[in-house]
This record gives sequence, C-alpha cells and structure tokens, in this order.
Amino acid sequence: MSSKDNKDIDDVTGIDTTGHAWDGIKELNNPLPRWWLWCFYLTIFWGICYSIAYPAWPLVKGATAGVLGYSTRAEVAAEITRFEEANAEISAQLAAADLSTLSENEELQRFATSAGGAVFRNNCSQCHGSGAAGAVGYPNLLDDDWLWGGDFENITYTIRHGIRNEEDWDARYSEMTAYDEILSDEEIDATVQYVRQISGQDHDATLAGAGEATFMDNCAACHGDDGKGSYDLGAPNLTDAIWLYGGDAATLEETIRYARFGVMPPWGSRLSEAEIKAVSAYVHQLGGGE
Amino acid sequence: MGNYLKLIALGLITLFAAVAANWGRDLAYVVHAIIIMLVSGFMFLRVLRATDEPVQAVATDGYMDGVVRAGVIATGFWGVVGFLVGVVIAFQLAFPQLNFEVLQPYGNFGRLRPLHTSAVIFAFGGNALIMSSFYIVQRTCGARLWGGNLAWFVFWGYNLFIVLAATGYLLGATQSKEYAEPEWYVDIWLTIVWVSFLLVYLGTIFKRTEKHIYVANWFLLSFIITVAMLHLVNNISIPVSIWGSKSVQIFSGVQDAMTQWWYGHNAVGFFLTAGFLGMMYYFVPKQAGRPVFSYKLSIIHFWALIFLYIWAGPHHLHYTALPDWASTLGMVFSIILWMPSWGGMINGLMTLQGAWDKLRTDPIIRMMVISLAFYGMSTFEGPMMSIRAVNSLSHYTDWTIGHVHSGALGWNGMITFSALYFLTPKLWGRAQMYSMSAINWHFWLATIGIILYAASMWVTGIMEGLMWREVDANGFLVNSFADTVSAKFPMYVVRGLGGVLYLAGALIMAWNMFMTIRGGQKVAARVGVPAE
Repeated sequence: MSSKDNKDIDDVTGIDTTGHAWDGIKELNNPLPRWWLWCFYLTIFWGICYSIAYPAWPLVKGATAGVLGYSTRAEVAAEITRFEEANAEISAQLAAADLSTLSENEELQRFATSAGGAVFRNNCSQCHGSGAAGAVGYPNLLDDDWLWGGDFENITYTIRHGIRNEEDWDARYSEMTAYDEILSDEEIDATVQYVRQISGQDHDATLAGAGEATFMDNCAACHGDDGKGSYDLGAPNLTDAIWLYGGDAATLEETIRYARFGVMPPWGSRLSEAEIKAVSAYVHQLGGGE
Repeated sequence: MGNYLKLIALGLITLFAAVAANWGRDLAYVVHAIIIMLVSGFMFLRVLRATDEPVQAVATDGYMDGVVRAGVIATGFWGVVGFLVGVVIAFQLAFPQLNFEVLQPYGNFGRLRPLHTSAVIFAFGGNALIMSSFYIVQRTCGARLWGGNLAWFVFWGYNLFIVLAATGYLLGATQSKEYAEPEWYVDIWLTIVWVSFLLVYLGTIFKRTEKHIYVANWFLLSFIITVAMLHLVNNISIPVSIWGSKSVQIFSGVQDAMTQWWYGHNAVGFFLTAGFLGMMYYFVPKQAGRPVFSYKLSIIHFWALIFLYIWAGPHHLHYTALPDWASTLGMVFSIILWMPSWGGMINGLMTLQGAWDKLRTDPIIRMMVISLAFYGMSTFEGPMMSIRAVNSLSHYTDWTIGHVHSGALGWNGMITFSALYFLTPKLWGRAQMYSMSAINWHFWLATIGIILYAASMWVTGIMEGLMWREVDANGFLVNSFADTVSAKFPMYVVRGLGGVLYLAGALIMAWNMFMTIRGGQKVAARVGVPAE
C-alpha cells in the first residue's frame, strides 16, 4: 500500500486507490455505500427481532419457542380444524343420509357434490382421470355403462371395498378365464369375430357363425347368452360400443387369450363415511347414475 | 524411476478395472469399469512409449496456459451439450411423447434431467471455474501454476469425473441426491481430483510474487475449500458391494434431507456464487479497464457472504419434518444474505464508472452488465422466496425452476460467455474474437431466451401454486394435480423456445470460438512483474 502522502488518484473519479495493482487491476478506496450498509443493518436488526418472535435458537434441549408461540404444525392444524368445525354439522348429516333421497335436500346435495369432487380429484383422478373419462383399463364414469352397477348402493359398495384387491375381504371379485390353452387358435379367432358381430362391428360372418357355439359354451355363463354382461359378476356388456380395453380384433384376442384382472383399492379404510357418501353422490351425478 | 512407478500403478488400475468389469453387478458399474480400464490402459501405453526415451525439456517459465486453453474448449463444448439436453427435456415436459418408447429407460426425462443439471453446473460451470481460476491465480499472483503437470491431472481427472457421472445417470446409477447424484466410486475419484485442484491453487498462492492476495482469489479459494467440505459430508455412504454401484447413505430421514440441502444450497452459494464472483472480480475490471469500485466493500461483502451462506440451506425444507427453529434460522440468514450478495453486484457495476460508454461499443461489457443485473435480481428473488409465507406458495412449483434459471442462464452463463470471449483471443494470439457481431447476436439471443424462460416460469409457477391451494367455500380443493399440469402446457412451450434461443446463442459462440482458434497461435505468456 502506498503511504498517505503518495496517493494514487484515479483520474476519472478523483478517488484514491489502495495503491496496489494486480495484473493491472487497481482498487478504489471508496467507502461502503451508505444505503447498502443501512439496509444490511436493517436486515440484521429484523433477523434478531424475527428470531425472538418465532422458534429459532437451538438450546441444549429443544429450542426457543418464540414469543408468538408460532408453529407450522399448529398453523395447518388450525386451518383444518376451522373447516372441519364449519362443516361438522352438514358432514354428520351426510354421513347419516340415505343417498337415494339426496335430491330432496338441495343444500346437502350441493355440499355432497362439491365435497365429493374434491375427494375424487385427490384420490380417484389418478386412474379415472380428472374429468372421470377414464383410460384404457380404467372405466369411464361419465357414461351409463357400469361393470358392477351404477345405483347409489352399488357405487358406494365399490368405493368402500374396491375390486379384486387383497386388502378387503369384501372386495368385489370375479375372474375371467384365460383361454389361451383352453381354446384352439381357430376357436379364439371365431369367438373374436362373434363378439365383433354382437357389438355391431365389421366381422367375418362365417367365422362369427362358428364362434357363436364357442361363446355359448365358454363366455355366456358370465357375459350372458345375449352378451349383455352381468353386474353381479362384473362382466362387461359386449354388445355396446363401450370398451374397457378395446374392441378391435387384436385387443379382443389378447383379452380372450390372457384375460383381464382390473384392480381397484378399497377406500373404506381411508375415507370417512361422509367422504364415501360424498364421492358416491359425485360419481352418480356425473352422467350415468342409475 | 518415476516412469516405472507410474507403469506399476497404471497397470494395477487397468487390471483391477478389468476384474471389476468382469464381476460388476450392474450395467453402470460394468461400463464405468471398462471406461476406467481403457483410460488407464491408454495412459499405461503412453508412459511405456516415453520410457527410456530422451526426456523432452518442459517449459517451466512463463504462465502455464495450455491447461487453460483446454479448459476454454471444454467449457464451450460442455455448455453446448448441457443446453442441448436442457432443450430436449424442456420439450419432453411439454410433449411427453418425446420420451420415445425405443429410448427407454435411457432417454427418459428422469435420467436426462440430472444429465442436464450436472452438464451445465459441473461440466460447463465447473470447467469454466477451473480454467478461469488457473488463469486468474497466475496473473494476480505473478506466478506459474504450482505442481507441474498436476494442473493437467486436475483438468483431465475432472472431465473423466463428468463422463463417469453422465454415463452413470443414463445407465441408472444414482444416489438420488439432487446435484450429488454420482455414486460412491465417482465421489471418491472427484475427491482426489478436487484435493489436487486445491493443492495447485494453494501452491500457486504460496509462491506468489505479489505482496497481497487479490480479491478474486479469496472468492475462488473459498469456493474450492467449501465445495470440498460439502462434497465430503453429503456423500458419506456405504457401498453395498465393491463390485456394484449402489450405496446406502449413512444419514436417514430429516437428517439426510438437511445434509442434502445444506449441500445443495451451498453448491449454489459457493460453486455458482462465490466461484463466479471470483471470475467477475477479474474479468470485469480487465475488460472495462477500470479499477474495482471499492476495496472495503469487497472485504465486507466477501466475509459476510461466506459466513451467512452456509446457514441458509434449511429454507429448502420449510413446512416439512424439519423442526421449525431450523426453518426459521434458514430463512433469517437468507434475508440477511441479501445485502452481502448485492455487494458483488454493486462492486461489479460500479467498476464500470468511467467506462459506461463501452456498453455501446463492446458486446462483452454488455454481457457482463446483463450478467450482474441477473445476479442482482436472483439474489433478491432468493431471499424473498425463502420467506416462509412466500415459500408456501412457491415451493415445488416452476417458480423455483425459473429462479434457478434466471441465476444460471443470466448470471453464470453470461459471465462465463464473457470470460470465454475475453480469454479465447488472448490465449490464441488474436487481437479480438473472429466476429464481434456474432457476439452481439449471442448477447441478444441469450437475453431474449432468458426472458422467455424466466417469465414463463414465473407465470406458470405462481399459477400452479395458486391452483394447488385453491379451495371452495367449504374448504374443498378445487383442482386435481393433473388439472395444474395441463394448465401449464402453453408456458412449457414458451420455456422450450427460450431454451432454443439460448442454445442458438451458444452455438454461435462455439462457431466464433472455433474460427478464432483456427489459425491462431498459442501464446507463451511471460510471468508478470509485481506492480510495486
């Protein structure tokens, strides 16, 4: 550093430098900008106040709790409690309600639908889609085509116990046979064409004719002689244009050969009675409720 | 004698790697063992050929710039690679079909994402830091790099680390810690390289001919030391087998999360802030030809910055299993960090006092100014987002992604580009870059790209946060998660386009560097004489 009486003054700013240069770089002797320094002090002062007000400093056991007594858990719990208390009465009413007469109580119905929508979007939309239109293997809930029935009682039962899961002994259960090793390739081809015939699609009439007997012997027990399915067995209606896995020949062949085993978890253990009723009401009013 | 020892060591490594490749339990480990076997086998042959040959005289006077030249090229190369992968994954988010079935699992977003982050932070940013710290420490200490060819070991070793990390991600080896994904043996290798880096750096400072240590070197040294500490603590893990890539972290639960974000935040603090401030403190005054604004400010903001940054990590874990007291402290230290961070911006911008007219004529200065502006903006945005109430909206949303990129693309990217434009002509004996108007194009493409990126992420992040918390009068959630995803689509496309512009700028830079280097001459720089 240069001595006081030998100052190296920068021509442009008139400020003296520290008197040293590194690879030609010098440093000016400017003081700290006042606004910068005061802002810095201000944030430090604020930090001290804030850490007194809120839980902050770790001690030997635990930490300072802060004079405001704040905690993030209490904050969330208070918010949940606020809504639970506000909804307590109507929730209890819903839990005890008979859904088939829900439409008579407009206020309760509105509550059930908005609560059910929230339950659906949080728990059901992952498979059935946020608009409930379903996906391949996950039923569309907007139409009036049901696997296990679409009245309030059936919808509530399906939601409560689920389908083909191992957690709930009362889950809906049925199992399609895989015909890969039971039927010959010709019989499978013929059955595919027959199913296409009864569902009103393009088909090979000769094969379909041959397939009818195979269908009656193997499939009709569950899907019915007319192919219209059964709610009791969760057997899909094969005569309409609605397909869970697909109605094209290749998909039908895959279904017949290897069968399907769609699973839905039971929600009885996760949702409250009011929530189950609410989501049932929500699904019922989507378009196809019976 | 030295050669024989080298041959024995390299031979043993080659042999061990061959055994490991044979016994390896997973694909990533086997591929890595083969890479190591080939590299050490190649080194073995090189040493063998040189053995008993007359020893070539190695220049030991003047600055050691060969390794800096290699670093300049590596920085440009990895930058383009990293930005390209970024553009790909941006469009994968907008159009999930781009996760092509035939490329699974290697081309999946989940594997490309860490490839992108590591490529830009560690490959592009890391090479930029290593090469510019080698350049700066020699110039500002008036001394050749200490340790002879150790600097070359640092360069090649670090880039081998990058290749191992990148191939590991694609092949599925990860310890699932953000920005610390590489598995145990890659971590060990990086430790060896990093300690060598520290030795070269410290050795050069110890043998300096300048009386004082220049401010850029404080920042760079704090970066090297702190990153070593962070890396060691966050990667403590026990390998499941010496023949496999999988390892188990010794911390668990919230302790592991806290360690990870102590590391993660200080990777930002010391890698992307302190390290790049070191670059800024050399290249800005050199390019502007002006003295640094305030020596006092540089001291105060340096010590305040490095003291405060290390405590700010808990703000990544607000509203989690982390105790409230730790969360409060993380937030308080982040807010107090605001002014110390801005000290660097003030010192950088005010250094241009008396050189502001160069903004009109010098696109490199323009890049430096925009870089400092983005630095100032993101170091304001960061403390703001650390406030618990703001964080409850911003956390887990794209706002965070926008924040990171305004810092990374704006501050780190732009200051690195200007350093490359500063260094390339100097190292290859040219008066200036091949095309100055190409720099101008790069500047505008990159700036517009960043604005599209950051603005779209602000919009979509805040929208997504508001949609997540939206409840009706009875307190029921209004939107499903998938609703928020589909609502973000247009912004994802805009973000991708911003990335395309930024990548286009980097490609122009790569071309410009290539044209400058082609036909240039490597300059042997003499060691500078201390000014006083």
